[in-house]
Amino acid sequence: MSSDRKEVKRDRPWLMRTYSGHSSAKASNELYRTNLSKGQTGLSVAFDLPTQTGYDADHPLAHGEVGKVGVPIGHIGDMEALFDQIPLDKMNTSMTINATAAWLLSLYIAVAERQGVAPSQLQGTTQNDIIKEYLSRGTYIFPPEPSVRLTTDIISYTVNHIPKWNPTNICSYHLQEAGATPTQELAYALSTAISVLDAIRDAGQIDGDAFANVVGRTSFFVNAGIRFVEECCKMRAFVGMWDRIAKERYGVQDPKLRRFRYGIQVNSLGLTESQPENNVQRIVLEMLAVTLSKNARARAIQLPAWNEALGLPRPWDQQWALRMQQVLAIETDLLEYGDILDGSPIIDAKVRELVQGAEEEMRRVKEEGGMVQAVETGYVKRQLVTSHTDRMRAIEAGDLKIIGVNCFTETTESPLTSGTDSGIMKVDATAEREQIERLQAFRAERNSKEAKSAIAQLGDAARSGINIMDASIRCAQVGVTTGEWSNELRGVFGEYRAPTGIDISTHGMGQSETVATLRERTLKTGEELGRPLKILVGKPGLDGHSNGAEQIAVKARDVGFEVVYEGIRLTPEQIVKAAEEEGVHLIGLSVLSGSHLELVEDALARLAEIGLSEVPVIVGGIVPTEDEKDLKAHGVAAVYTPKDSDMNRIMSDLVNIIRESNGLERFEDAA
Amino acid sequence: MLALRTPPDPESLAASVSDQDRSAVAKALNLLDDKRPEARKLAARLLATLPKERLYGSGHLIGLTGPPGAGKSSLTAALVRVWRNRGLAVGILAVDPSSPISGGALLGDRLRMLSSDLDDKVFIRSLACRGEFGGLSAEVWPMSLVMLAAFDIVLVETVGVGQKEIDVSKLTDTTCFVAQPASGDSIQFLKAGIMEIPHVLVVNKADVGLAARKTLSELRGTLKPPAHAGDWQVPALAASATKGTGIEALADSIEAHRAWLTAQGMLPTIRKRFQAEWIVKRLLEEFGRFGIETLGGESRLLDSLVEIPGSPFEQYESLRNRFLTNRGQ
Ligand code: B12
Ligand SMILES: Nc1nc2c(ncn2[C@@H]2O[C@H](COP(=O)(O)OP(=O)(O)OP(=O)(O)O)[C@@H](O)[C@H]2O)c(=O)[nH]1
Ligand SMILES: [Mg+2]
Repeated sequence: MSSDRKEVKRDRPWLMRTYSGHSSAKASNELYRTNLSKGQTGLSVAFDLPTQTGYDADHPLAHGEVGKVGVPIGHIGDMEALFDQIPLDKMNTSMTINATAAWLLSLYIAVAERQGVAPSQLQGTTQNDIIKEYLSRGTYIFPPEPSVRLTTDIISYTVNHIPKWNPTNICSYHLQEAGATPTQELAYALSTAISVLDAIRDAGQIDGDAFANVVGRTSFFVNAGIRFVEECCKMRAFVGMWDRIAKERYGVQDPKLRRFRYGIQVNSLGLTESQPENNVQRIVLEMLAVTLSKNARARAIQLPAWNEALGLPRPWDQQWALRMQQVLAIETDLLEYGDILDGSPIIDAKVRELVQGAEEEMRRVKEEGGMVQAVETGYVKRQLVTSHTDRMRAIEAGDLKIIGVNCFTETTESPLTSGTDSGIMKVDATAEREQIERLQAFRAERNSKEAKSAIAQLGDAARSGINIMDASIRCAQVGVTTGEWSNELRGVFGEYRAPTGIDISTHGMGQSETVATLRERTLKTGEELGRPLKILVGKPGLDGHSNGAEQIAVKARDVGFEVVYEGIRLTPEQIVKAAEEEGVHLIGLSVLSGSHLELVEDALARLAEIGLSEVPVIVGGIVPTEDEKDLKAHGVAAVYTPKDSDMNRIMSDLVNIIRESNGLERFEDAA
Repeated sequence: MLALRTPPDPESLAASVSDQDRSAVAKALNLLDDKRPEARKLAARLLATLPKERLYGSGHLIGLTGPPGAGKSSLTAALVRVWRNRGLAVGILAVDPSSPISGGALLGDRLRMLSSDLDDKVFIRSLACRGEFGGLSAEVWPMSLVMLAAFDIVLVETVGVGQKEIDVSKLTDTTCFVAQPASGDSIQFLKAGIMEIPHVLVVNKADVGLAARKTLSELRGTLKPPAHAGDWQVPALAASATKGTGIEALADSIEAHRAWLTAQGMLPTIRKRFQAEWIVKRLLEEFGRFGIETLGGESRLLDSLVEIPGSPFEQYESLRNRFLTNRGQ
């Protein structure tokens, strides 16, 4: 120890969380308690897709998805089990929940009540940002108008009853994960915040004075990519722009209420399947972007794990990610200083440039009629798909270098992935069945008359336009299920399908020699088979990961395919019906949520049933190696995973797979 | 060229199509798309076997056109719901643009039509326009025939075309133009007589309010009363595909136009005329003006084609052969 070590005043570290949940409420509760004992300071709940999209575990659409990517919460019994022995008056809980946010918050309030905790004592966050669901995350249910109303109902309710709650976390995180540039992230997140706050102001549930508190309670969930200096500047830009919007647009006088409060998950899109150990460096560097600058520092951080692109993290992987935060916060001297970037002319110039770009894009959104309109017309989604397409092309061309992917690909076998579990977490296959059994037992035991009348009141509230929360809390208390709550609102509000954004101009794209060769081959094969090659790209199940499908669809068009793509969340039955009607030469299914075995087998069986077995099926997404074998044994022609980042190579395969299945000779591999 | 691997038997395929067998409809459409000579022969036999009275005398062939994003696909979905409630089976041909550079295409209309997609009395086939003008593709006519044989209503959604071209009116019994609220151009084109008058005009997105109402009244202002008693009076309506308002009325107007055509005894005449024009257009593309003159000139050709209707592929092939033999002499 050096002798000049003295007591220095350190800033309090940010909240440290790990985004987790799986299998069942009980299993997740155990995991949470272990994580807390390791020094985690808040909870971040990952729900499974049926819970996020409003289906009970025994609904046909939930098949294969229960407990996979998060915890299934069907009713108050599950929610109680999830927080067993976790005192809610002490805990700060962040819930990544959107379309069903009002419902999950109601369950949380009802559980707190059973623990003897008043709503006013609760602390935490409901993500509750539906706009980015349409643009990226995919767990929307209702059309924009009623969805925004649900968002504003939650905000009005919590501002009046749960003052320490963050009712909405406006997200730019997911936009970057769908390809957004820093400028786009700034512009779209702030435009979203404006559209939500305007809606609240216009709804009139908040009186004038309290409105400043609404602005003050608005928090953000941001991303930080590998260009960490620029990302750091982006955070500073956010701080300045939000302060100005709060002051000028909403007249907030108190500077504290104008603070840009944000949580962060660092970029995962850039985390690779190849040489996955490199992801650790990436994560740590990205964390710097949101911590270096004291005046623009994150309030809460959650980090992905090194094996992000392989599959779900195990408890040890999550521990490693937590320790990264702890080392930075506790071992380094970061928290001993004021803002170390203040006054740097280089940083200031970069911030100005970002602000300018973002303001320009915000004007464009305004011209579209505001953020909600710009989402409905597909404008914003097209901008995102375009940015992502640019990124993919830069990787393909080697202009954007990614270590272990398009350079320095030589590697020694990793001891991390050679273990018997292939280095990822496997969800117990019995989780779905057990959850269904528990759900049915719960339904049998509750007072169904009370449940029915609570549901009817919910419908009335939805129709009449009064705040949805009281009726929802009542539903939670009397044992209504997630599916029932959502179904009632589906009946009132209807359902929605968001624009896919893939109708972008590809002008100037694909001028490489390989692309020219591929176009020739597509054309020639089409001529040989009598008509242009036509493929269907399908996203079966509740999975909302659309990036891969979008990029494949755009690329396939660019090399000359006619492409049918209908967006996310279709049943295998819908996909097979479309494939038949469209007379496609090949079906490509994209699944990243871990339900590939169930969904692909279902689709194959349906194809066989209608005599279309000869149409080749390929699968892309997060598919572990053993599962790849399994799928191929069932007749899948090829499987692609994140390591297959060379899309020309994939296109070359598609042509060859079609050729082979039609008795034509293969071309030599292009690219 | 590769031989067909499992050539279908066109006669039994035609029978299954008429029975609304979905898989047969799909196969028949694939066959009509297939340019290999062997396939063309089978396709000609298929078309020749489909019941004439259904192709030229019954059903309803509807064209839906209008600028990009006006809501054609969304309106289609809304109309399908109405038609299904009325017990009608519906076939849809949705045409999307092709990239002039790669030839590739994104076929995206289905997305907005999904709500009815597990109903086996609704059949949607997307098509790329493949370089054709006017928002259609050459395959639309023969494919419409197969669909007419199978379904009560066949709707063709064109590419989102500029405001002037409504080529679909040369192909469909009833042409419906979908206007955007605040789309001054359509109105100007209609007024100036640049745009052909459709049979039904609808301003979609009525839910946006004022702009839609304004556009509707302007459009109404451009429509003249019919010159002769008994002529078709073009209706102009407002609808909202997303709110589902005005859809029944739109379906009624479209149906009224068909009833008017039937009352005038025009249905068989126009269908044969459409087919004749389709054939002449194909010949024109292949052999140019010179070819058409060699075959006797456009108007004589059209007249003769209307008089002796055969399947479009047969007629086309025989004219083609005639030209090639003539030229060979
Ligand atoms: C980006 C991303 C997101 C974005 C998605 C944005 C969007 N619109 O797509 C956001 C932030 C919204 C998101 C959310 C979630 N995510 Co996520 N996400 C990722 C991430 C980081 C990258 C995926 C990606 O887009 N890659 C870029 C594209 C271009 O690559 P790709 O899809 O792999 O496609 C390539 C190949 O796979 C293949 N391919 C893919 N599809 C097809 C189809 C065809 C026809 C062909 C030929 C090829 C092909 O070719 C492509 C080109 O190379 C992955 C981890 C990773 N690094 O892979 C996690 C990951 C997929 N997500 C995961 C999870 C759990 C979630 C959530 C469900 C979490 C939760 N509980 O809420 C949510 C909810 C999403 C939902 N609604 O389903 C898990 C899935 C775990 C599993 N399968 O076991 C992963 C693996 C992360 C992890 N380790 O936990 N995610
Ligand atoms: N407000 C409102 N929006 C609508 C209505 N109908 C369609 N839209 C929206 O308009 C956009 C375009 O709708 P589509 O049905 O795809 O339009 P289209 O004419 O088929 O478009 P293209 O085929 O691309 O030319 C979508 O974002 C729809 O949600 C409507 O009645 N009201
Ligand atoms: Mg359309």
